Amino acid sequence: MFTGMNDIDGDLLEQFRHLEREMDSLYGPGLTPAALRATAGRGFPAINVGATADQIDIYLFAPGIDPKAVEISIQQNVLMVSGERRVITETGADYYRKERYDGPFRRVLTLPDGVNPDKVEARYREGVLHITIGRLETAKPRRIEVK
Amino acid sequence: MTENNPMTKQQEQAPVAADATRVIRPAVDIFEDDTGITLQADMPGVTKERLDVRVEKETLSIAGDLKIDMPEGVEPVYADIRSHRYQRSFSLSRELATDQIEATLHNGVLILRIPLRKELQPCKIEVRVE
Repeated sequence: MFTGMNDIDGDLLEQFRHLEREMDSLYGPGLTPAALRATAGRGFPAINVGATADQIDIYLFAPGIDPKAVEISIQQNVLMVSGERRVITETGADYYRKERYDGPFRRVLTLPDGVNPDKVEARYREGVLHITIGRLETAKPRRIEVK
Repeated sequence: MTENNPMTKQQEQAPVAADATRVIRPAVDIFEDDTGITLQADMPGVTKERLDVRVEKETLSIAGDLKIDMPEGVEPVYADIRSHRYQRSFSLSRELATDQIEATLHNGVLILRIPLRKELQPCKIEVRVE
């Protein structure tokens, strides 16, 4: 009985998340590039961002995609990653759960100042797209010696 | 989705204690055809070595540790993913051959194939015309 109830809750939550993702793909977050901390939406793929003195590391958790079909662009400190994930639906099978994201995706991030758009690398491993963007020499923190 | 179908009755495993490590509940697709059930789970960042699929009594558990290459001294700036542990479990029904589960992991997608017991699979009966 209780597991049944949980099940319904889980479904409802998932539906909300799905709706959120749909809204995301329809209205943005591309239209309003948000500040890095306020990256809009919890859409697909999930993103983690880390920073060091030398570079910015962006991780997109995008399992089961074709990395060749992913487009990455940087324009005026705005990073945009778009692509598509196709989940093959088995015809003639009964689905009990269908939670995995299926369709085009796009995520947009505002990068901090001082990134070098010519120093970008992207790797795809185990379903994680890892993008590193170098910082401009002038933007790196400098240590000032006290004489 | 009918109630007596296998795997529809799920036991979501919430972290046991309040301070237990937060876990990520991987998104799944589950479907059934004539020969068995297929479960596909999104578990990006998990390798074969860090994946744990097990069946205990009538519970199927999938778990894995997410690991990403991070440069030394990295400071987190933003995170949708705030845990390193994937975990989810499902209850299985008796008509599934749980000793014959096949698992594959590719590009962060886990695929489990759980066949129906042989004697329960539909078999085609040839009609002989004399």
